[in-house]
Amino acid sequence: MRERMIAEYLTTRYGLPGWLAYGGVALVQCLILLGIMMFAAALFTWMERKVAGRIQDRLGPTRVGGRFGWLQSVADGIKLLAKEDLIPKEADAVLFRLAPYISFCAAFCVYLVLPFSNGWVAQHLNVGVFFIVAVAGLEVFGVILGGYSSGSKWSLYGAMREAAQVVSYEVPLGLCVVIPVMVAGTLDLVAIGNMQRGWGVNWLVFHNPFLFITFFIYALCTVASTNRAPFDLAEAESELVAGFLTEYSGFRWSVFFMAEYGSMYAMSGLGSILFLGGWHGPIPVAEMLGLTYANHAVLGWLGDLLGACNFLFKAFLGVASMMWLRWTLPRLRIDQVMTTCLKYCVPLAAAMFVGTMLWTYALPGGLLPRSTPMGAVAEAPPWTAPRAARGE
Amino acid sequence: MAVERVDPELVEFDVRTDEMLINMGPQHPSTHGVLRLVLRTDGEVVSSVVPHIGYLHRCAEKIGENVSPRQWIPYTDRMDYLAGMNMNLGWAMTVEKLMGLEVSEKTRHVRVMVCELNRIASHLVAAGTYGLDLGSFTPFLYCFREREKILNLFEAVCGARLTYSYIVPGGLIADLPPGWLEACERCLSELEAVVPELHAVLTSNEIFIRRTAGVGVLSPEMAIDYGCSGPVLRGSGVKWDLRRDGQPSVAGMYEDYRFEVIAQAGGSYPRDQEYPPVPPAAVLGDCWHRFYVRMLEVVQSIGLVRQAMEKYRRSADAVSEPIKITQKLPRGEAYLETEAPKGQMGFLVIGDGTAIPWRVRARSSSFCNLSVLPEISRGCLLADIPAILGSLDIVLGEIDR
Repeated sequence: MRERMIAEYLTTRYGLPGWLAYGGVALVQCLILLGIMMFAAALFTWMERKVAGRIQDRLGPTRVGGRFGWLQSVADGIKLLAKEDLIPKEADAVLFRLAPYISFCAAFCVYLVLPFSNGWVAQHLNVGVFFIVAVAGLEVFGVILGGYSSGSKWSLYGAMREAAQVVSYEVPLGLCVVIPVMVAGTLDLVAIGNMQRGWGVNWLVFHNPFLFITFFIYALCTVASTNRAPFDLAEAESELVAGFLTEYSGFRWSVFFMAEYGSMYAMSGLGSILFLGGWHGPIPVAEMLGLTYANHAVLGWLGDLLGACNFLFKAFLGVASMMWLRWTLPRLRIDQVMTTCLKYCVPLAAAMFVGTMLWTYALPGGLLPRSTPMGAVAEAPPWTAPRAARGE
Repeated sequence: MAVERVDPELVEFDVRTDEMLINMGPQHPSTHGVLRLVLRTDGEVVSSVVPHIGYLHRCAEKIGENVSPRQWIPYTDRMDYLAGMNMNLGWAMTVEKLMGLEVSEKTRHVRVMVCELNRIASHLVAAGTYGLDLGSFTPFLYCFREREKILNLFEAVCGARLTYSYIVPGGLIADLPPGWLEACERCLSELEAVVPELHAVLTSNEIFIRRTAGVGVLSPEMAIDYGCSGPVLRGSGVKWDLRRDGQPSVAGMYEDYRFEVIAQAGGSYPRDQEYPPVPPAAVLGDCWHRFYVRMLEVVQSIGLVRQAMEKYRRSADAVSEPIKITQKLPRGEAYLETEAPKGQMGFLVIGDGTAIPWRVRARSSSFCNLSVLPEISRGCLLADIPAILGSLDIVLGEIDR
């Protein structure tokens, strides 16, 4: 909405042609998102190093790099950019160059429809969930291309594993995503987030026991589909040298790397909107303090800002737990990964789907009574309304 | 779920895909040095493994025939560089056997102490890198952190952290420095606290068990046929440990020590303290058992070091002086195998009356242990190769010499 307002303001006030105004605004939005993603990648490199350093009781990462080690990420970036850009003789040069950007674009496109707070979204799509699931799955093409075009057997192995693994984990992941969508009755991420307004018990993860279990399946599938340990079979350094990344160096490698961190963050963000209340904290502080648009536009904006912090923090926690997993567990074998997916995750997710369906039919209000913040009038989300009122 | 290990011939006929010949190493992160494995793979299934060695050959044995036994001690350090003390010991005792030398009681206890400490250090590296092979990075650093403490102790003893040259024919280059025993006791008690942590992140970890149990099963018969020794042999349930069953001088070194050979016999491991239980999925002789034996030996060695410290305190004599560099060797031949952390390390020396041996040969345990790899990894998955190789715990410096 806001971008349209700005663009219209630009056309009417300064007489800019429509395509220029809209294009310019879109470009600025893209740059902001790109900045967020880059910053997130840098931040997560730093965090990964810190988390690993603490878990592993290492002296280096917990000491070096200026105050709190911030210089280390900068040094990393400079090192990666300054590295020789190698393309193996056997490689298919065009595909080899193209692959990292495909992965990156796929990871980046997710951010286009990911709301950071109430209405803080680059493109408000009413099928946002669908778009994210569809686009996030494209990341695998970059990896397959990269592995295939490297001209190395280890890369080829990595690519094939990635193809097998990610494609199969899209199935339970999709099922897990559908379940909260079914409860909410919409594919619109902003609407799903806003439905969970109020106290933490309103979060969809607490809606019913099936959704609670679904959340953990979703978390597992997220780890698997973003290729993180213990499911990092595509790069499995002790088996495949570095898998599909074997022949990549310098900037191209870092683009793959950013894509990985970007999609980790995006999938955590999606999870926090679908299950953990999105930009609504466990305690509705913003509404208790009166930071709503009903009081004043600025107050409402502040409330949204608080919500954005909430959202970022939740997604951040998701990424932190992925790191925790990575530095704790050994890697699964490829057949065990497929077993986990096909024999456990898919049937379990399907069972949760049926369970939630029956639950929402019998008890549309959810498990716990819906609580509203003090003094604030919460509009009832559709699932709490009586069936007749919903026009059924 | 265990993968069905199909006959490689069947694989070839059933699934008509192209076989791929793939070189694993010599520059591969998990071949533990410069080992090259040529894998014939059909998708993820490996139908044959051929190890190629020799990338670290340094003519150590030939050098041994050109220098005197004391001068060769540093070369033995570089064989199994993760257990230099045990390598020194093997050579020193072989030369002592040839010359008919006896060492003092105090020397014997110091030797037990440093050798068992080095066994702990070697097993810690084995456990840590095994975690690494299975994709778990953290235990590696825990193990190395503990190993550092042992290396600090060795540094205090002989000034070196990796290539010690401490045990020499005839005795030791020096007695223990003052205050060393207290430092050693501190190190041991810290180590004892870490062992349960390692059991938690590795031995009893569900994913770890799934990756290792039932993988690379080595039957006791095959282990004996291939001349396997050390934890690889004991992991197959053969109760054989040269510290108990060795030649008189080797077994005599441990004669007044209390310890049991750690191997599963009659369905259970010797239990003198709390260990995680054997998971139902584990098959005797698989990777999990080999790893487990090493972990139990760490605890056992802690006890042995404690006993040695006690005996060292009580022994009144001084440590033996080493032989001279120019000491003439008698005519004759001596062969002795000692129980190094990775298995039986044998040395052969033939003297011809001069100070320089006429013939020097070494028998490496890692070499024999590696030779079972093609047998036990036939038909496994690609990811199992590092798991099996890591469980054999080879050191290329010892294989190639």
